[in-house]
Amino acid sequence: MKFGEFGGQFVPEVLIPPLKELEKAYETLKEDEEFKKELDYYLKVYAGRPTPLYFARNLTEHVGGAKIYLKREDLLHSGAHKINNTIGQALLAKYMGKSRLIAETGAGQHGVATAIAGALFGLKTEVYMGSEDVERQKPNVFRMKLLGASVIPVESGSRTLKDAINEALRDWVATFEYTHYLIGSVVGPHPYPTIVRDFQSVIGRETKVQIMELEERLPDCIVACVGGGSNAMGIFYPFARDSNVRLVGVEAAGKGLETGKHSASLCAGKKGVLHGMLSYFLQDEDGQIATTHSVAAGLDYPGVGPEHAWMKETGRAEYVAVDDSEALEAFSLLSRLEGIIPALESAHAIAYAVKLAREMSRDEIIVVNLSGRGDKDLEIVMNLLG
Amino acid sequence: MSFKDAHASVYPETPWLVTFVTAGDPSPELTLKFMLALEKHSDIIELGIPFSDPMADGPTIQKANVRALKAGTKVKDVFEIVRNFREYSSKPVILMTYYNIVYARGVENFLREAKDCGATGAIVVDLPVEESEEYLRACEKTGMDTVFLAAPNTPDDRLRVIDEVSSAFVYLVSLYGTTGAREELPETAFKAIARAKSVCRKPVCVGFGVSKKEHVKALIDAGADGVVVGSAIVRLIEEFGEGAAEKIEEFVSELRKGLEKS
Repeated sequence: MKFGEFGGQFVPEVLIPPLKELEKAYETLKEDEEFKKELDYYLKVYAGRPTPLYFARNLTEHVGGAKIYLKREDLLHSGAHKINNTIGQALLAKYMGKSRLIAETGAGQHGVATAIAGALFGLKTEVYMGSEDVERQKPNVFRMKLLGASVIPVESGSRTLKDAINEALRDWVATFEYTHYLIGSVVGPHPYPTIVRDFQSVIGRETKVQIMELEERLPDCIVACVGGGSNAMGIFYPFARDSNVRLVGVEAAGKGLETGKHSASLCAGKKGVLHGMLSYFLQDEDGQIATTHSVAAGLDYPGVGPEHAWMKETGRAEYVAVDDSEALEAFSLLSRLEGIIPALESAHAIAYAVKLAREMSRDEIIVVNLSGRGDKDLEIVMNLLG
Repeated sequence: MSFKDAHASVYPETPWLVTFVTAGDPSPELTLKFMLALEKHSDIIELGIPFSDPMADGPTIQKANVRALKAGTKVKDVFEIVRNFREYSSKPVILMTYYNIVYARGVENFLREAKDCGATGAIVVDLPVEESEEYLRACEKTGMDTVFLAAPNTPDDRLRVIDEVSSAFVYLVSLYGTTGAREELPETAFKAIARAKSVCRKPVCVGFGVSKKEHVKALIDAGADGVVVGSAIVRLIEEFGEGAAEKIEEFVSELRKGLEKS
């Protein structure tokens, strides 16, 4: 299955059979009543779903434009939306009879969420993490270890998220018989972008019900940050056919798009093939993948999910970029006005939503996916803001 | 001209020794020297185009990719290396790379440039048959030979398709894992050869993990039409740098003995 020309299965031959096995298992299990019941159960009593849709009155009044609602994924167990996917995939792995999980992680959020799911379902968990990131994200490394997972530092390439994905794929090539590769975003070869989207779509489904209860209508606009794009796809997808709802993905402009130090693959990248998918990537003219930068480690990825590439191409969603300093400003603003410290990733979405709301009228509605909480970023922000 | 005749005009009789280096490791200038050292005792040269994210490669070839890119190796430099090699040798040169390198240049453009500089064919590690429609069309148009990968877990019906679309040979991966020299050949290799040989009509070359003469011999004895050696050669470059040419020649001549009928 592809999204227009995007997606696909650009992997070495040896991975084709395990991907087919995964696809078949997923297609069966997603209709399986017992599986669905178990997933719902854990999302509810373990992860803490549904998450509230909160009207940010103070922020709205401060901006003086459209009403701003926050979908509070930051309130989930583990502090971010990542757990929606890791519980789903770990359960899938368990039903498939796999005994081991591997995952890649950048900032460590997906690694922690995978370690949590591994502990919950009794699956051995090993997380690949670029050695550069291991250094930058010590508390999360410790968290993963505390949760019983092993963290394997990756020394190859640029020693960041993309290299951790390469290394996880290299592991999976040798271990797929008993290992499930738990990808953390809507990226990778088919069926991963679809599986992760489906597990994250609970965000958008809840939002739809909640906004109808609160406002008796759909929002005018939904804003979410985009690295690989899982939280954005999770909230966009259930609204994909509601053509009056504007969907806006916010990428990381880092130190500015013109500096080359950013990770805005949809805004500034070219079509290409990496990690099993055809999508947009930051790369040079030869096709060598670029190193990226963002103050938000979770956005620091040179590619993006293929369904986002397709939504951009078809015009269903629009993609913009917000730089480090704008995100830091939004980080402080939301903390001060609402008493909510957002993840630096989510702060990108807040920053752009504030810009948009200012130009919209007071009877219009924006929903921002507050994908994670900012406790993990305090050290970085302390160093930057002093 | 039948496939067999066309094939025979480019490739020598089997069994083959196929040897690999990464272009630009440690510099584009040295690669030509290393290729000529390989050439003396090899039937086919496999030349890797360095990529920033060599997902199917183990540590040895990953490091070679890093060295090559650090030396500033561009795709056009790799084409230039092949062009220079052609002044000395008519042996087949198969380019090995990842699909983004091909895609970034425009698939047909890439293949035409490769053909023009004297390359014989290409292996694209992360391009399975399902995704290769445009690539296959362009290969046919430009006259570049194709080599697709097969693995120990590739079912017979897929093997058949892979055989169908591979014009030079089928590259059979010996094991579940990445490239890299290993002490012992895995059991999977022998079962895979038996099955591949019963299904494929094209020559079947086995690679991944092959590091010595005894391996070459064992694989040929098991029915392989050729053996691919990569990491064990790249290791010599890692160790001896500029001075590796002599060591490479010595090593490959030793490997070659594995091809001799016992």
